[in-house]
Amino acid sequence: MNIPKDHIRNFCIIAHIDHGKSTLADRILEKTGLLTEREMQDQVLDNMELERERGITIKSQAVRTVYKAKNGEEYIFNLIDTPGHVDFNYEVSRSLAACDGAILVVDSAQGIEAQTLANVYLALEHDLEVFPVLNKIDLPSADPERVANEIEDVIGIEAMDAPRISAKAGTGIDEVLEEIVNRIPEPSGNEDSPLKCLIFDSVYDPYKGVIVFLRVFDGSVKPGDSIRFMSSGKTDEVVEVGYFGAGRFIACDELSAGMVGYITASIKDLRQTRVGDTITNADRPCKEALPGYKKVNPMVYCGVYPADTKRYPDLRDALEKLQLNDASLSFEPETSVALGFGFRCGFLGLLHLDIITERLEREYNLELVTTAPGVVYKVHKTDGEVIELTNPSNLPDSSEIEYMEEPVVSAQIMVSTDYLGSIISLCQERRGVQKGMEYMEETRVLLEYDLPLNEIIYDFFDALKSRSKGYASFDYEMKEYVRSELVKLDILINKEYVDALSFIVFKDSAYERGSKMCAKLKEEIPRHLFEIPIQAAVGGRIIARETVKAVRKDVLAKCYGGDVSRKKKLLEKQKEGKKKMREIGNVQIPQKAFLSVLKLDEE
Amino acid sequence: MYRYRRRPFCQCSSWMKNEISVYVHLPFCVKKCNYCDFLSGSFDDGIKRAYLKRLLLEIDHYGALLSGRMIRSVYLGGGTPSLLDPSFIRSIMKKLTDITMLKSGCEITIEMNPGTADERKIGSYRECGINRFSIGLQSVNDDELASLGRIHTYGDFLYLYDLLRKNGASNINVDLMTGIPHESMSSAERTLETVCALKPEHISVYSLIIEDGTPFSQAEKKNLDLPDEDEEYAIYEMTRRILSGHGYERYEISNYAKRGFECRHNITYWDLDDYIGFGAGASSRLGERRFTNIKSVEGYIGSDDPVFDEDICLDERESMSEFMFLGLRKTAGISRSDFARRFGKDPSVFFGSIIERYEGEGLLKMTKDRLAFTERGLDVSNIVLSEFV
Repeated sequence: MNIPKDHIRNFCIIAHIDHGKSTLADRILEKTGLLTEREMQDQVLDNMELERERGITIKSQAVRTVYKAKNGEEYIFNLIDTPGHVDFNYEVSRSLAACDGAILVVDSAQGIEAQTLANVYLALEHDLEVFPVLNKIDLPSADPERVANEIEDVIGIEAMDAPRISAKAGTGIDEVLEEIVNRIPEPSGNEDSPLKCLIFDSVYDPYKGVIVFLRVFDGSVKPGDSIRFMSSGKTDEVVEVGYFGAGRFIACDELSAGMVGYITASIKDLRQTRVGDTITNADRPCKEALPGYKKVNPMVYCGVYPADTKRYPDLRDALEKLQLNDASLSFEPETSVALGFGFRCGFLGLLHLDIITERLEREYNLELVTTAPGVVYKVHKTDGEVIELTNPSNLPDSSEIEYMEEPVVSAQIMVSTDYLGSIISLCQERRGVQKGMEYMEETRVLLEYDLPLNEIIYDFFDALKSRSKGYASFDYEMKEYVRSELVKLDILINKEYVDALSFIVFKDSAYERGSKMCAKLKEEIPRHLFEIPIQAAVGGRIIARETVKAVRKDVLAKCYGGDVSRKKKLLEKQKEGKKKMREIGNVQIPQKAFLSVLKLDEE
Repeated sequence: MYRYRRRPFCQCSSWMKNEISVYVHLPFCVKKCNYCDFLSGSFDDGIKRAYLKRLLLEIDHYGALLSGRMIRSVYLGGGTPSLLDPSFIRSIMKKLTDITMLKSGCEITIEMNPGTADERKIGSYRECGINRFSIGLQSVNDDELASLGRIHTYGDFLYLYDLLRKNGASNINVDLMTGIPHESMSSAERTLETVCALKPEHISVYSLIIEDGTPFSQAEKKNLDLPDEDEEYAIYEMTRRILSGHGYERYEISNYAKRGFECRHNITYWDLDDYIGFGAGASSRLGERRFTNIKSVEGYIGSDDPVFDEDICLDERESMSEFMFLGLRKTAGISRSDFARRFGKDPSVFFGSIIERYEGEGLLKMTKDRLAFTERGLDVSNIVLSEFV
């Protein structure tokens, strides 16, 4: 099954969200086949049956298809998917590194957006051949000529002859397929050199262990080979190699330079197969690893607790299982006075956090209480020690703190001039520092801001959307740590300090945040037999207060006659509800209250 | 929802207790009210006849069990029992008296709705021994009645009330409801004062509870125009004040009566005494055994053998818990010596920490023989009662 390298095309599709990336990918898969004519005569199908029986179908980050070009030749297309969100920037960069070219999809009505730029720059950084495709030409508002001009002006790549397509309607797809053959370069690399592969993804399979997704740059790999992970030096024996059929793994004899596929090697721990790492042959190693590997560090932390304290072991189990497939998720046990036993979890970003908590709740049937997400602060103590603070409760006493630093990102915001004013003021409210402002065309502006990460992890994206009526796009990357005036805001409920509600905030925002938080908690905490003061404090000084009035009436004045069970059920429900609350002192706080602090800016 | 933990009957100790109360469920209405989630509805005559047939069969079925016992109260509830032809009621009462003995002075209640009864029916009821009449009024304000989905006006009620009195009814209950749409302090006051002026022997005041599956639960809360929490409390407090001013003593959370007219039947429930329920969805307690018939008219008619929705034998802990959360609904509370007779020890042995805590908060009061809610305790009784579950 030797496919000449010049008949392989490894590429990805890059686009701003909703510009039609996945629709185009679907069309490409539709128009191409799963197997070459020769492969169809082989035993491959039998293997697939076996796979099917064992029920292994995995949503793959990559797919291999076969295209019969107009010149009569068959080409192998390896389409590698890139995660579409800024949280996964590093993963995106590794996926791009596995490609030789990229299709840039631009909505011919909307034109270039923030993510278009971010993705293109990332692709160009990786020396990918990028060719543009103008999508959605069937829209009445489509203006492909204008957008082509914009691409040439702003990005500086040739776009006048770019295919004008509608992925939705299926028009122009053939042209795209020919462009892939003609524009994307064939993979370079030497089959006879020592093995050099890039890991761009991996998944955990209960039968096969970790399945490593890789691009072979040099050499070849086959079952029985001894391979080494260059960052850790660990070696394993290859059990199986193969490529990605539509939604399933298809084993083959060998993967050689230029090919995209997978290997398994009975690896049990996903953390051993870090995205970006280089795999080589242990007996005949390559001289140096591929550039660009780094260990990704979580940017956002929050406490994750089981709503039912008894389910702590289940939560640990679920997190461990998720980590099997997501090496960027980190967690450490922590204890909160208010919430009991849980974990401080680290995420790449807020989307990542959402995905994980949702999966925990949906796939593992866990009810969770999460604390307000925070970033990693650097606390410089007077004794010279520097702490990386991920949990506000661990903030040392102010007398021990020399100064603190917070992470700042550099953000690109693309906005229509109509909303420029409100977006600029939003950035100012969030302590942004303008770094640049550039008119893309008469009606659209690219803003560049440095923004503290802790100002954007809550709801910046939502605020951006609502203030621009959706006409703003946003992308960011981590820039640096800068010194900042930060304080810890504490919440006291009925005079008791609630650790799970503390967070770090910019000094000048403390009052506003504190007031909003008290108001929100007042709505969430049910009336008790007594009055409950809710206070916000900074360094022991109360800065805001609300009061939950005492309950006056809670009585079941209904006639259930002899139906005692019904009455009992109601009382049981009340008791159950109480159990679901967290007791701080003698105040019952509903789980929801801990989440409500995340939504302070909702009107 | 079905919990089947039946133990051998012999363990259910108080089977041989002599007195028993009887409930008969008659789930027929002209139309269902907007708040109602009881087993009731409008059914055609064929179903009604089949239901009666099944009911008489069921009473027969328990004949052996009832024959040695005295009936202390009978309650014909619904639904709207007064909607039925009086011959129905007669045949039920005849069947009961055929196989059991009514205690002298046995309280026999029938529920009635305005607009469904006439002089003939009332006369017939009295002939077969019915001596207590419970009328569903809810409010004297017609706009409030309309929004509740009641089929009658205040005028209809007044007509029925006068008719009952004219025909010698000497024990009448009026059901009222608070926390209802469009209610205000003044409209509630009008309802209370108007009803008190009629001097019924007994008044029940229930709170509207929006139950799942009712038309009210479908409506947007804000569209219902319900009194807010503070207003509802004010109405609740005023209810207590006005009724007591007219000589009605509150003897249970929602029940007020002139001295001596407390509802014997209801007290059965709160005192954990034996009662047997006939009809679809009707509940029974025989000693530690509690069971409830299938909660569907069709299901009830459909089988000649009893079909239970629930049939359980309480363990001692559950019995104690029920003794507390039912008994404490009475303003007089529970008798500690009664408790000790049943369970061997004083309630404080089992519930000491709860009692202590809420005594400390001024919600419970304990005397030499009794444990009861304070007035403030009754207001927030659910909080305390749920602790006993």
